[in-house]
Amino acid sequence: MHVVVVTKSTPDTAAKVTVDGSGNVTWKEAMVINPWDEYSVTEAVLLKEAHNIKTTVLTVGEEAHNEAVKQGLAIGCDQGIRVWDSTLANADSLQYSRAVAAAVQKLGDVDLVIFGKEQADTGTDQHVYQVGRKLGWNVIGSVFKIQEIDFAGKTIKVVRLVEQGKQVVAGKLPAVISVVKDINEPKYPSFMGIRKASKAEIPVWDGAALGVDFGLPGVKVSAYQNPPERAGKVQMIDGDSADEKARKLVEKLFEDKVL
Amino acid sequence: MDFSLTPEQIAAQKMVHDFVMKEVYPTIGEWDRKQQMNPDILPRMAELGILGINIPVKYGGQGFDYITLGLVCEELERVDTTLRVIMSVHAGLNSLSLLQWGTEEQKQRFLVPQAQGEKYAGFGLTEPGVGSDVANMRATAKKQGDVYILNGEKMWISLATKAHHFLVIAKTDPEARPASKGMTAFIVTSDMKGVTTGDIHGKLGVRAGSTGWVNMENVEVPVSHRLGEEGEGFYIAMGALDNGRYTVGAGAVGLIRACLEESIKYSKERQTFGVPIADHQLIKQKIAYMQQWYDAAKLLVLKAGWMKNQGIRNTRETSMAKWYATDMSVKAALEAVQLHGAYGFSDEYPVERYLRNSKGAVIYEGTSEIHQLMQADFALGYRENKPLRCELPAYDPDTWLEEPQTA
Repeated sequence: MHVVVVTKSTPDTAAKVTVDGSGNVTWKEAMVINPWDEYSVTEAVLLKEAHNIKTTVLTVGEEAHNEAVKQGLAIGCDQGIRVWDSTLANADSLQYSRAVAAAVQKLGDVDLVIFGKEQADTGTDQHVYQVGRKLGWNVIGSVFKIQEIDFAGKTIKVVRLVEQGKQVVAGKLPAVISVVKDINEPKYPSFMGIRKASKAEIPVWDGAALGVDFGLPGVKVSAYQNPPERAGKVQMIDGDSADEKARKLVEKLFEDKVL
Repeated sequence: MDFSLTPEQIAAQKMVHDFVMKEVYPTIGEWDRKQQMNPDILPRMAELGILGINIPVKYGGQGFDYITLGLVCEELERVDTTLRVIMSVHAGLNSLSLLQWGTEEQKQRFLVPQAQGEKYAGFGLTEPGVGSDVANMRATAKKQGDVYILNGEKMWISLATKAHHFLVIAKTDPEARPASKGMTAFIVTSDMKGVTTGDIHGKLGVRAGSTGWVNMENVEVPVSHRLGEEGEGFYIAMGALDNGRYTVGAGAVGLIRACLEESIKYSKERQTFGVPIADHQLIKQKIAYMQQWYDAAKLLVLKAGWMKNQGIRNTRETSMAKWYATDMSVKAALEAVQLHGAYGFSDEYPVERYLRNSKGAVIYEGTSEIHQLMQADFALGYRENKPLRCELPAYDPDTWLEEPQTA
């Protein structure tokens, strides 16, 4: 019984990310665990606590991504693994997914792979579905709650958050799921976990170790550019009560022909 | 000389930062206004292991070093002084005194549940009529067979109504000369017959915390609850203050940072004369001073923490760190209020709370005036550190991380 949670380091959402004169994306602040993965890592640890299973936190990328793995270990995952070789330097989501799927297959006894809803830096989630496809497993996205999971019986029943409301889906294990932020209250690292993580050596698996050719990226980023500066002004609407402020706002919107 | 923090220290500090910013910062202003302690705070700090952060693992703690204790205090007081006060009394004054002076039996019985956060701990030295002049205290302890009978009142006691254990100093020999030789330390539990407690309201600051009084009327305290020997109470109290003051100084660093961070944010948002006020030179001056006070205070605190880690006596250095950091936190808070203008004068912004909170720390755990006397006396050679029967143990990772022995 083994759950793998896949994570990466991303710039802090509070960081000021800019494209410099040479076209490089830069920011000053330290990297943090992909914010969506605070929920997936916590969910893996909650499953560990409830079902006494093994948990692995996995990343694909350069050494900077060890930080996210260590955060996962500090929160309570049992082991960390990083997949990396130079052919992944400009990986697109398909290469990334080949790497994740190969690592999951090497681990061998995996019942469930958990992703956060998306990657905060690239704003994508296609890798979730690509990993499922590579593994040949069911994929259930936007999981809001794991209602039932039976590792021995190889079944899972979840509640998904969909545009129309909530949807209950039952499926078989092994499976790949992505989780939304309402699934749990993210755990802080424990002090004991912090100590364990700081001492942990994160093994690096490359293509040779996995016996896989990651291929070449099919998608290439040609250039990054800063978003246009936001124009416009802020006008504070004054009033003695919320009703009065709302009335003045509506009047203003009519006046400016917004409504 | 290595100024870098370890990844463990940084991660522990970040964890506490994330906790207080998420769970405390959004509502602390309301609790301060109500003059009540948020009932979730102590259980959460216990659950997260913060209360036992630098107690060895074998005594129920998390096994981190003294520097981490300081970093944790900085993060706590970044949000509110009352959180750091918890660490000052529970960890600094009480738990570390048990670690320093306690017998193995006392450590197992009292320190383990404190480090695990199952019991909260306070410290009773100050009395209604006795603050800086400790030697004149009125509380007495008379030995009768296997017990001491304690009588007296302790005042301005943090966690007075929350703590289960108090480290109380009382006179076993009121005739002793010097009077300091007649004091003894006791572990008094709140459930002992004759112990009553209450909170004080109407304080200028630390309003979201518990500060009160502990009254003892013919309280029978078993001999096994005596910490150290008879007559060692004054030294135990002074040793406790070396640790309590360290947490106060470290917290004041956090309070200066709070003033600095809020001032930077506000000065970039608020516009006057068509530009953000951060562009005005006199505002820049205030920011520059706050940064200077933060940097200098932090270095003093880190040095005191390093000395504790090394097992070097640090009475003078800790006093300097506490004196400087708390004095500068008052100045930083005054400047932060001034920088915020009329908004700084209202509770719409947190800086007025920082100013009210800052004032207590230049009074408790040695007034700034007491620290000036101490510094002068050390410099003049009128005062020197004398070895204690039990010194605060140096931080040794191997010992600190030893697992408890199972019976």
